[in-house]
Amino acid sequence: MATETRQHQWLGKSVKRREDDRFVQGRGNYFDDIKLPNMLHMAILRSPFAHARINSIDVSRAQALPGVVAVVTGELLAEHKLAWMPTLSGDTQAVLATDKVRMQGQEVACVVAEDVYVAHDALELIDVDYEPLPVVTTPQQALEQGAPVIRDDKEDQADNRIYHWEAGDKDATDRAFAEADRVVRLSTHYPRSHPAPLECCGCIADVNSATGKATVYMTSQAPHVHRTVFALVAGLPEQNIQIISPDIGGGFGNKVPVYPGYVVATAASLLLGRPVKWVEDRTGNLISTGFARDFYMDGELALKDDGTMTGLRVKMLSDQGYAYADAQPSKLKAGLFHIVTGSYDLPAAHVVTDGAYTNKAPGGVAYRCSFRVTEASFLIERLVQAAAYELGVDPAELRRQNFIRTEQFPYRSATGFVYDSGDYERALDLALEQVGYTELREEQRRAREEEGRLIGIGVASFTEVVGAGPSKDYDILGLKMFDSAELRVHPTGKAILKLGVRSQGQGHETTFAQIVADELGIPPEDVLVQEGDTDNTPYGLGTYASRSTPTAGAATAVIARTLRAKARKIAAHLLEAAEEDVEWDGAKFAVRGAPEQAKTMQDVAFAAYTNMPEGLEHGLEGVHYYDPPNMTFPFGTYVVAVEIDRGTGQWKPLRVVAVDDCGVRINPMIVDGQIMGGLTEGFAKASMQCITFDEDGNCIGSNFMDYLIPTAWETPRFELHETVTPSPHHPIGAKGVGESATVGSPAAYVNAVVDALAHVGVRNLEMPVSPDRVWAALNESGLAE
Amino acid sequence: MEITLRVNGVERSADVEPRLLLVHLVREKLGMTGTHVGCDTTSCGACTVLLDGVPVKSCTVFAVQANGRELTTVEGLMQNGQLHSIQRGFKEEHGLQCGFCTPGMMLVSKALLEENPDPSEEDIRWAISGNICRCTGYQNIVKAVRWAAAHKEA
Repeated sequence: MATETRQHQWLGKSVKRREDDRFVQGRGNYFDDIKLPNMLHMAILRSPFAHARINSIDVSRAQALPGVVAVVTGELLAEHKLAWMPTLSGDTQAVLATDKVRMQGQEVACVVAEDVYVAHDALELIDVDYEPLPVVTTPQQALEQGAPVIRDDKEDQADNRIYHWEAGDKDATDRAFAEADRVVRLSTHYPRSHPAPLECCGCIADVNSATGKATVYMTSQAPHVHRTVFALVAGLPEQNIQIISPDIGGGFGNKVPVYPGYVVATAASLLLGRPVKWVEDRTGNLISTGFARDFYMDGELALKDDGTMTGLRVKMLSDQGYAYADAQPSKLKAGLFHIVTGSYDLPAAHVVTDGAYTNKAPGGVAYRCSFRVTEASFLIERLVQAAAYELGVDPAELRRQNFIRTEQFPYRSATGFVYDSGDYERALDLALEQVGYTELREEQRRAREEEGRLIGIGVASFTEVVGAGPSKDYDILGLKMFDSAELRVHPTGKAILKLGVRSQGQGHETTFAQIVADELGIPPEDVLVQEGDTDNTPYGLGTYASRSTPTAGAATAVIARTLRAKARKIAAHLLEAAEEDVEWDGAKFAVRGAPEQAKTMQDVAFAAYTNMPEGLEHGLEGVHYYDPPNMTFPFGTYVVAVEIDRGTGQWKPLRVVAVDDCGVRINPMIVDGQIMGGLTEGFAKASMQCITFDEDGNCIGSNFMDYLIPTAWETPRFELHETVTPSPHHPIGAKGVGESATVGSPAAYVNAVVDALAHVGVRNLEMPVSPDRVWAALNESGLAE
Repeated sequence: MEITLRVNGVERSADVEPRLLLVHLVREKLGMTGTHVGCDTTSCGACTVLLDGVPVKSCTVFAVQANGRELTTVEGLMQNGQLHSIQRGFKEEHGLQCGFCTPGMMLVSKALLEENPDPSEEDIRWAISGNICRCTGYQNIVKAVRWAAAHKEA
């Protein structure tokens, strides 16, 4: 094959986003913007109790309200075998409660009415007789002897334990600890959080009784998976189900699961023969849909006196809510939490995980995170800082000393991952240089000793694992986690790219067009990217866990190269040259040694439909299903400096310096946008954003007045830098970046606040590190003013 | 009851229930879906519109309160087929990702620029602090408003 001289015309260019024109004009097309003729509106009645037996439900008053068309209860659904549905982790979840409610906010009944206001009026007319039951609000409580069994509906469930799962080598780890000079321990809770995309969930279900076709417009990050789940749950023939996921107002993992509202709306449309719209309200979104995190973690690090890390032991207990509903690869019970060895060359590690039912919402979704990687990264990065204090060494230097070295890649971790590539020291060095680390440490000392001001510096050197995933290890409900791209180059040289993933703001319409443009030598504006309609895109597992670029991005590059190989044959025919004499220079095909004889992709595309050489199939179209050979491992170092107000306990970031290495960057502007969003998420979790419950299981954080989300006023300014270490196995060397900063930054912020108080012996502060928690630590150490 | 208001410069009338929220008047009765509902509790600003030039959160204003007044929505930003500088700023500076908060963000920014044509970063952050964005981390929104301030319509 002739050698290609490739220049990147479109990779690495900050092309302005194609999507923006419609959004800035208010012309986006979110599901709630769609109105169908004869459409009905649905509202959901939710349980006020966290745990209660349902003695009776009387819908007669609601049913009698003018404008109400139907009231759906669990009993009605049970007649159609729809009262329960499977979760993405192979458990079951109630669609509408029949026997009991098991969380506050659980769906109890639905009203379908001509008008949405009437539907909500009718909810107040439904009389439910609840008999409250003892409530389990923590996983520790759930696993106590004699705790109420939450899932007594399941025959094989005698207690509240969901799973026990281990990774790594226990014996080797025990030996490492027996031989250690020192052991550093840290117990911490990564609190329950909620992705809270600005657009809540919802759908319009339109079942055509004449054709049997069910078209469901829904907020779906994974429309193809949802189609299959609908087919399995409802028993509808899959060819008659069309899921259309229009523009999505943010997802962050929240729009991966199937929720009861989707199922009831579809059932109602099937029974009533009219389209049914369900728009979730914010309280419904926060109290009932996929939460994230809620891991109780105990970490132990074995060290030599010289600072060498020799072993890691982790125990984790997960609060799963009343159903096990993590949207995660089915073989991995605690997701990818066993990446907890992070960026360090740890010869031995053992991770023990348990999950338990509680009377809370199910979920455990990958909230801007690749299946529990955030929790893992947080634990190891907090633990390393604690170890640095124990050894009396600089936290950044202890990291450097123990990093996996560049020459060790591909690196097999103690828990079984094979890291594809990395240069951790380069990212650390750049971050320290950019923040002015030495001067900053001096400033910290001076401020403390001379002015009594408390400045803290936090470092986090994270490693992520994204791009699920290789089919031998990764599936959801048995569906292998490949992804797909279908590329059609039209006769005029314009193209349409159809993908199995679904953007929710990540800019796929721009970046994926750039991949095609770069491979085919046509401008990105000539490539239309289509996603989200299951009738018109190839099967794929969807967008979450930073997987779109590693999987669908790879599929796009591969199919574009396949078409280019065919185009070369056509070009040879047009140029009347032997194929091996035709070279591609990134923009055109030319005969070797005679560059004036050239054909563009547009010339070739036209010929593919008008003047095809004999023996070649017509057209310039193809589809590729990409099964990644490995995961990708983005990494970076974040350094955060904060100052604590000794009078109030409030802390403020002074500097946030981020060095990210996500491999080759397709569109740097979009990459930076993703990173800044993630750094904000990290700040949110570190400082304010969490969902708590009182002892009766009442959700504290059921609206945006109680569930605190940072505004522009609190959010820090970010300083972004990059290193580029390509993934060796990805066709364009990209790794995925949507979640790096959410994964890496919480520990950097918390480390910084702890660091400000480390000189008085503070070693841990729990997230969210709220002013009252800081003030308590100040007060205890005599630093409060 | 019957109400009449000027919407993006055009007089519109509607027969509404007294309890109808302004956002539902705009989205459902007037058919303009650029104004979004994000939280129902005046917290997120996705539903921000300008009432007599002043930003209000239309999820907690009744439609009848807009009777006889001047309403501006995102659909009213574009003039003579040209994007408003604030719209161009959001595109130029990558001030949006999912786009759901964008109409509200642009409208509070427009009101800010009319009052303060050359706002500092701090002025902008304060002005948009009633509006939540879950995607961008705000930094590029601030830049977008600065861009608009520097590129006023002739």
